[in-house]
Amino acid sequence: MTTEQRYDVAVVGAGLVGGALACALARHGVRTIVIDRLDPRVMVAPAFDGRASAVALTSRHFLEAIGVWRHVAPGTQAMREIRISDNASPLFLHYDHADIGDQPLGYMAENRHLRVALAKEMTALPDLTVMSGVSVAGMTQTPDEVILETSGGPVRAALTVTAEGRDSQLRKLAGINVTGWDYPQVGLVATIAHARSHDGIAHERFLPAGPFAILPLKGNRASLVWTERSDTATSYMAMDDAAFLREIEERVGGFLGALTLEGPRFSYPLGLQFAQQYTKGRLVLAGDAAHGIHPIAGQGVNLGWRDAAALTEIIVDAMRLGLDIANVDSLARYERWRRADNLLMAGMTDALNRLFSNDVAPVRLARDVGLATVNKLTPLKKLFMRHAMGAVGDVPRLMRG
Amino acid sequence: MTTSTALPEEVAKFSALADQWWDPQGPFRPLHKLNPARLLFIRDRLAAHFGRDVETRMPFKGLTLLDIGCGGGLTAEPMARLGFRVTAIDASEENVGVARVHAERMDLDITYEAATPEQLMARGVKFDAVLALEVVEHVTDVDAFLAASAACVGADGAFVTATLNRTLKSLALGKIAAEYILRWVPAGTHDWRKFVRPSELARGLRRAGLDLQKMEGVHYDVMTDRWRLGPDLDVNYMAYAKKAAA
Repeated sequence: MTTEQRYDVAVVGAGLVGGALACALARHGVRTIVIDRLDPRVMVAPAFDGRASAVALTSRHFLEAIGVWRHVAPGTQAMREIRISDNASPLFLHYDHADIGDQPLGYMAENRHLRVALAKEMTALPDLTVMSGVSVAGMTQTPDEVILETSGGPVRAALTVTAEGRDSQLRKLAGINVTGWDYPQVGLVATIAHARSHDGIAHERFLPAGPFAILPLKGNRASLVWTERSDTATSYMAMDDAAFLREIEERVGGFLGALTLEGPRFSYPLGLQFAQQYTKGRLVLAGDAAHGIHPIAGQGVNLGWRDAAALTEIIVDAMRLGLDIANVDSLARYERWRRADNLLMAGMTDALNRLFSNDVAPVRLARDVGLATVNKLTPLKKLFMRHAMGAVGDVPRLMRG
Repeated sequence: MTTSTALPEEVAKFSALADQWWDPQGPFRPLHKLNPARLLFIRDRLAAHFGRDVETRMPFKGLTLLDIGCGGGLTAEPMARLGFRVTAIDASEENVGVARVHAERMDLDITYEAATPEQLMARGVKFDAVLALEVVEHVTDVDAFLAASAACVGADGAFVTATLNRTLKSLALGKIAAEYILRWVPAGTHDWRKFVRPSELARGLRRAGLDLQKMEGVHYDVMTDRWRLGPDLDVNYMAYAKKAAA
């Protein structure tokens, strides 16, 4: 037995989900340590993560509750409308926030801003210990605790959470299998500046290779998420800026005026995966370590934050009864609660991607009619919108605002 | 918290038994399932009694608690985590040994002793709060047991107990279903004739110098597979009483 202090929770992975979870736990008096192999300064560098996240309304409530939103808010862009259209088709689906009240549909936040805000908050919490630049090599579970073998020495905790992302090392060490598949697609991400205002409108266009999203950022800027077939994506990544910009102009069209590229471009392989178990003994999976979905509906990080909010609620409830926070019944409740919700979203995004990533004429006609039909059926549309806002299902307390 | 008086082979035996006591899927699963509802009643009643905030990490810091019939420590440990300075007693040496070993493994400082409330009464020790959970229905003389327990409650102190009611429903659910059909607890665990009616408990508490404040039922919810508090006192129920003014 080691003599080091035993933490309540060790969170491995200090990214958008792990960092938020660590803040949420420590804020409630849960003695937490967050471990990441990277230095936070690396994670906030502009070249590290060029993506932006569509923060759902419930996620905003969560980030507010854990003190992170106030650091991010000035740099976010409210999303007032989402216009979804098929390639060169006159039919389209239009989500307007005015249909369901005066709240925006969500907010666009740049990931690097979210990372800076989390890093700021993480260092300000007395119950949170941050261990960075440290890798985890092994994990031992006893009936009483988990011991992590790290490059910074052993870490003891009642509960360990892996928020390491899709390739979670601890998930592999625990022998938890994942089911899933890779899409023959790549997500290209770039940021553009444009002459005309976007008016807070997001556009999602279904092109034959996959969806192409223009997401409004603060100022006259937009984040492009361009799903492309893996084989052709390589050539787009290799192009010089001028040629790459011409490809973008062709897809965006002229409605935003003259475009310029801002910052580097990124490419991410796309796949769908879900872990067969969310808990094993005193180990819990959260965020992409538990589920990776297609970015088509911008829901990945929102699902991860829902995991974090639900897990915090469950741990805090157990702690306030004096129970072992890693008791089986609490962890089983987390798994039941989050698996159902995450599988539903994984299924929805997969179906959407399959439906839209092709150019077969009958499928196109069907989906055009489908889009137009959904647009006319107000109750169905409202349900979709509420889902995108994260307001469907059993919403964790920390997300209710 | 010390194991210095125990032999190493005894500690090993206790440690193995502790794994059983504390295995949530093991032989004591019913107690683990019941525990959150019981803890909720105890926490909320005692927080109201002592004017403490349950949203803090250790609401009962600075207060002492006696757990009578502690078993493997399933309630004593949560009480220690919530800030009480806990003394826990059990008539069984083995239970006390198991509980002591487990508390040490969990880094909790709890004083365990193989003793009866009568022995503590004789010593004149007092506690801010006294718990006696699922004990009343196992003793030969309920009134004598309650008198000894009450004697350990200090001035302005609180007493919480949990037991089973003697009704046809408790015979069907608490005894026959739990022991023979669902096999939640070993057959013969309970003698239904010793179950205690709320009126009998109230009378015993009054005679022991305790003012009954609240009774609440604990019932099993099939839909969620969880135990919940509610008004139905027919099977499992809990009671909270105050030390009567002298």
